[in-house]
Amino acid sequence: MEKKISFLKKPAVQTLIASLLCILLGLLVGFIVLLIINPSGAWNAMSTIMRNFWSFSSARGQIKNFGNTLAKTAPLLMCSLSVLFAYKVGLFNIGAAGQYVAGVGVGLYFAIGLQMPWWVSLIAGTLAGALLGALSGILKAYRNVNEVISCIMLNWISLYLVNTLLAPYMDITMSETWSLKKFYPSAVLPSLGLESLLNNHQYVTLAIPLAILVAVAVWVLLSKTRLGYELKATGLNKNAAKYCGMRDRFNIVLTMAIAGALAGMGAGMFYLTDMIKWPSTVTAVPAMGFNGIAAAFLGGLHPIGAVFSSFFIQHITDGGSFMEKTYPSEIAGLISSVIIYMCAFVLFFRQIMNRPKRHEKVKGGNIK
Amino acid sequence: MILLIQYTLLFASVLLLVALGGCFSEHSGVINIGLEGIMVFGALGGALVMRYLPGGTSAVVIVCLCVCAAMLAGMIYSLLLAVAAVNFKADQTLVGTAMNLLGTAAATVIVKALNTAANPDNPSATIQYVNERKAFLMFDNLEFSWLMPLTLVLLILAYTVLYKTRFGLRLQACGEHPQAAASVGINVYKMRYAGVMTSGLLGGLGGLAYITAGVSEWKFENGVAGFGFLALAVMIFGGWKPFRIALAALLFGFFRSLSNVYTGFDILNQLNLPGTVYNMMPYIISLIVLILFSKNSAAPKAEGIPYDQGSR
Repeated sequence: MEKKISFLKKPAVQTLIASLLCILLGLLVGFIVLLIINPSGAWNAMSTIMRNFWSFSSARGQIKNFGNTLAKTAPLLMCSLSVLFAYKVGLFNIGAAGQYVAGVGVGLYFAIGLQMPWWVSLIAGTLAGALLGALSGILKAYRNVNEVISCIMLNWISLYLVNTLLAPYMDITMSETWSLKKFYPSAVLPSLGLESLLNNHQYVTLAIPLAILVAVAVWVLLSKTRLGYELKATGLNKNAAKYCGMRDRFNIVLTMAIAGALAGMGAGMFYLTDMIKWPSTVTAVPAMGFNGIAAAFLGGLHPIGAVFSSFFIQHITDGGSFMEKTYPSEIAGLISSVIIYMCAFVLFFRQIMNRPKRHEKVKGGNIK
Repeated sequence: MILLIQYTLLFASVLLLVALGGCFSEHSGVINIGLEGIMVFGALGGALVMRYLPGGTSAVVIVCLCVCAAMLAGMIYSLLLAVAAVNFKADQTLVGTAMNLLGTAAATVIVKALNTAANPDNPSATIQYVNERKAFLMFDNLEFSWLMPLTLVLLILAYTVLYKTRFGLRLQACGEHPQAAASVGINVYKMRYAGVMTSGLLGGLGGLAYITAGVSEWKFENGVAGFGFLALAVMIFGGWKPFRIALAALLFGFFRSLSNVYTGFDILNQLNLPGTVYNMMPYIISLIVLILFSKNSAAPKAEGIPYDQGSR
């Protein structure tokens, strides 16, 4: 009995339980909405969302859509790493969306405009994201501008800048940027033979293992290095960190730059596969960065947790698009936004789990 | 020229309403990033009323019902923030972000479901209100909406409530130092609820004003295209004070409408700037203002910090 209690009190276990509870509540809300829309097919629709690629009968269809989901998970994972990295240092990087956009813009500009090979474009996109992140960091550290507000402004500024930057490189007939595969094959991320694992899937590239490697690197940086320790200390108490001789301002800028680099790199990992192109009229900041917030919190703000939560969120999003047409595919978006909303209550869930029961309290007192 | 003035006033009234909403919420101590989602829900409430009212309804009734529906929808939606931020001490930025995503997703799902139920061949997320929208216009050929004078009234009302009533001063106390407010017997929880719900009410109305501004149908998958965030910028630019917010709204509305109509001006055409520059302008200006004045910011001191009775 006592062993079981201590198991439940472990932070990692509690985080896992809280995340699963969030998912469960999100799915429940989604299911209720499906029931209201049309009760007869609701169960079927829900299982389609949950099964995603498994809902295809042929093995070929399954593998193809599994690959699609994987390819889209890579950028989502990068955005969620960006958000959680900043959050660990006490900064809310709502600007992952804008840093992602900057990564798309500069990455595609290098690929199409300057006809650079893929690795130059990927690095350029990463640096663009880092620059934008660093800007928010500088404003926070030296001018005391709340990073949430400056990030929101920069999200929109970068959206309009990228629209202008990419305007000359549009395929008019498709009203989107030129296809990389057709016209600039050297800019497409190499697949390293991974595609043969998934039935020669054209979008499965280096991006997927790279994103997971980055997740591990972020974990190592945050929990195994001196720099990570300093960054976290700065986030916990800026003044105490400064007192201990840490460069508090520099650390804030560095954190935002790294967070921005992660989001910008994520953009390159997606757009340089040629799976997606930048449309000529974009009027809203892409949701990828915001979904990154969802994945980060659902993953319990742990880099390895983010790998699974990103895959899960992408999994149900893709599943949503395979439902019968009587149900709107945005149900998946609804479920994931309910999940983020529920994540805000994680602290409260934990409090409940940690609340000692009355008789236990007495017992514990006796032992001591 | 008249077109520019029309659009400036239209956008300014939207921004003013939503920014005033944000102002109430922040003065009570809760950061409302979710204004965008609140606007979508207000717009949805108004649009649904316009859609389901019988054809011959008189203009006054249409306007009144739409305004009430939009306010109510925004207010109910803002409860999501109030419950999480006040009762559960949740991270307000996270809740706001979730509300923005949820607003667009839920509104799209609702409209699509209604459209499909009415006609299985129409799975779009668009609501049309060509005739009903005419009820909002003050004059036949000009785009001056009845919501503009209403906005002006609400502006004066907001100022009076915030600075001249006991309620408003207490509300502000909760945003500056909730523990001090509580020590003189103010119920901080109730005040914060009131602040957030007022922001829902005004934000919802702002959403209605936005979707009736010069268009007669709305695609709900587009949300409100960042206007909620722009309103946040207006609020900060206006230093959390109603009349300054009004001036800021006019300025931002002016730049926003320039991006729509700048081709009609010879001087601006000669500058040969891409239209996106005008789109960016409001954000750049507010960023610069933040850089210059953030050191002594007028933001409510306790905003964003969950109220904890025990802390000092």
